[in-house]
Amino acid sequence: MGQAIPATSSVEPKKKKSKINFKRTWPLFVMVAPGLLYLLINNYIPMFGIFIAFKDINFAKGIFQSDWVGFKNFEFLFTTSDAYIITRNTILYNLVFLVLGTVLALLCAILLNEIKSKFAMKFYQAVIAMPNLISWVIISYLVFAFLGAETGYVNNTIFPWLGVDDWIMWYMEPKYWPYILTTVHFWKSVGFSSIVYFASIVGIDHSYYEAARLDGATRWQQITKITIPIMMPVIIMLTLLGVGRMFYSDFGLFYQATNNSGALFNTTATIDTYVFNGLLGLGDIGMSTAAGVYQSIVGFILVILFNYLVRIYDRDQALF
Amino acid sequence: MKNENRGWALAGHLSFIFYTMIVLIPFVLLISASFTDQQAIYAEGFKFWPSKFSMEAYNYIFAADSGIMRAYGISIFVTVIGTAASVMIAALLAYPLSRKEMPYRNLLMFLIFFTMLFGGGMVPSYMVWTQLFDVKNTIWAYIVPGFLMNGFNVMLMRTFFANTIPKELIESGEMDGAGEFKIFAKIIMPLSMPILATVGLMQCLMYWNDWQNGKIYITDPDLFSVQNLLNRIMEDIQFIKTNMPMNTGDALASMPSDSVRMAIAVIGVLPILLAYPFFQKYFVKGIMIGAVKG
Repeated sequence: MGQAIPATSSVEPKKKKSKINFKRTWPLFVMVAPGLLYLLINNYIPMFGIFIAFKDINFAKGIFQSDWVGFKNFEFLFTTSDAYIITRNTILYNLVFLVLGTVLALLCAILLNEIKSKFAMKFYQAVIAMPNLISWVIISYLVFAFLGAETGYVNNTIFPWLGVDDWIMWYMEPKYWPYILTTVHFWKSVGFSSIVYFASIVGIDHSYYEAARLDGATRWQQITKITIPIMMPVIIMLTLLGVGRMFYSDFGLFYQATNNSGALFNTTATIDTYVFNGLLGLGDIGMSTAAGVYQSIVGFILVILFNYLVRIYDRDQALF
Repeated sequence: MKNENRGWALAGHLSFIFYTMIVLIPFVLLISASFTDQQAIYAEGFKFWPSKFSMEAYNYIFAADSGIMRAYGISIFVTVIGTAASVMIAALLAYPLSRKEMPYRNLLMFLIFFTMLFGGGMVPSYMVWTQLFDVKNTIWAYIVPGFLMNGFNVMLMRTFFANTIPKELIESGEMDGAGEFKIFAKIIMPLSMPILATVGLMQCLMYWNDWQNGKIYITDPDLFSVQNLLNRIMEDIQFIKTNMPMNTGDALASMPSDSVRMAIAVIGVLPILLAYPFFQKYFVKGIMIGAVKG
């Protein structure tokens, strides 16, 4: 490489080992400048903004003039039941989504592989992946069309069919929401996540199946003895990565599908909705900020921890 | 053996026909609700086959003063400008990082990667974008905060540039006296269409579907995007119902009727449903790339 500038004769003793040739590479620095500047503003400065959690935020005084309160915000957060509820909800929903979601996506991918007609397979794949493109706002309308108290399909049509006279004010009854949200989540995501599994099923060497068939293995045996064992690394890796994200919830689901109804707090509030409501002035900003920091830090530790486990399991699949 | 395979195929078809119906039924209900007469909705709720059809909702929406067309225009502007800008910025950052000659490239890669692991969270971001930059109630609030660039897209592009563009091409460009910018524009970009399309598509969907930035930064109804308009309408109805149960009728009368709301939702989702068959291929490809590292 052209280590230009034979600078030895100059008076100034330049750094001898400097391999950097700015004369040639400056255009590359110009290229990265906008992106790096954006990362600085959008990602790095907010990291230092964590100090807000240690202040009693007062918008009239401004953030920098607001009083320091040490760990007070965290104390408030953890002495109320809020911290427990939002942590429990976030983790439990994520667990259900992860375990059941993996099973459903895998099942979907295996069945999709049984469809021999190329056209039908592509068609099904396209349709089942489609809900993942729909915005949460639109989905909140779809949910409302079914569950709205006065006009919803369930209260007006399904209940009379079943002979139920009662109406249910769905958006006021927390006890139904774990099921509703789980259904909505899977409606949106199963088809989409099955595509990843399907891709790796398609990649399995066909000679395994041929050999099994010669030995008289049934289709079911082929699936349980060949397909699933071969898929195991992918399943384990995606699961570990999912566990690493356990502290972050699918925000749109919990905020939009529930219409952010306060009556549902016990079963639908997650850390993300809690922080968001605080920010919008519907909750306590100090406690929300504390919850945000709590999420950032525990979330970070989990990601690192589970990435470490992935690394032990399969070095190539680890994020770092 | 043949029969057994056919049995599995049949089970597969039946399962997927069922699944397809589950996916599509909510949309059918939404669309039919938007074509239902308001009195029929009061009487019997939303139905798959309403007892009385009506085009009134769409007439109302397409009337010039409804503000919905304006929201549509804002959504389109944000999606187009945001997608173009974000693909450009990410490509410009990713390309030098794919070059061995780039000084500090490992450090820069780490800086980008770290943002994928750790973040300050919503409140500090809000403070930065409102206190240091005054994005509140400007159209840039939809485009810039949070969405303009993410580390994931940069990593995706960098991998593509490093693995698919032969070094010889860049060297021959240099030999011909082309500067770095020219090489980037004339050699790299045309060869990178697949990854640009994939990332562009993901950004496009993100901008079109986003409601969070609007919710956080926009309070001026004249600046609402389709998603925020829909969100506001839904919230207003919930608000009226929970806070003024006595005279709901009067207050609700001033709101868009049920069928109008459903019609706005239909119009909001329509572009995606119509375009889907055309971008489906890239979408599926994007998932696969995304799954490898993500």
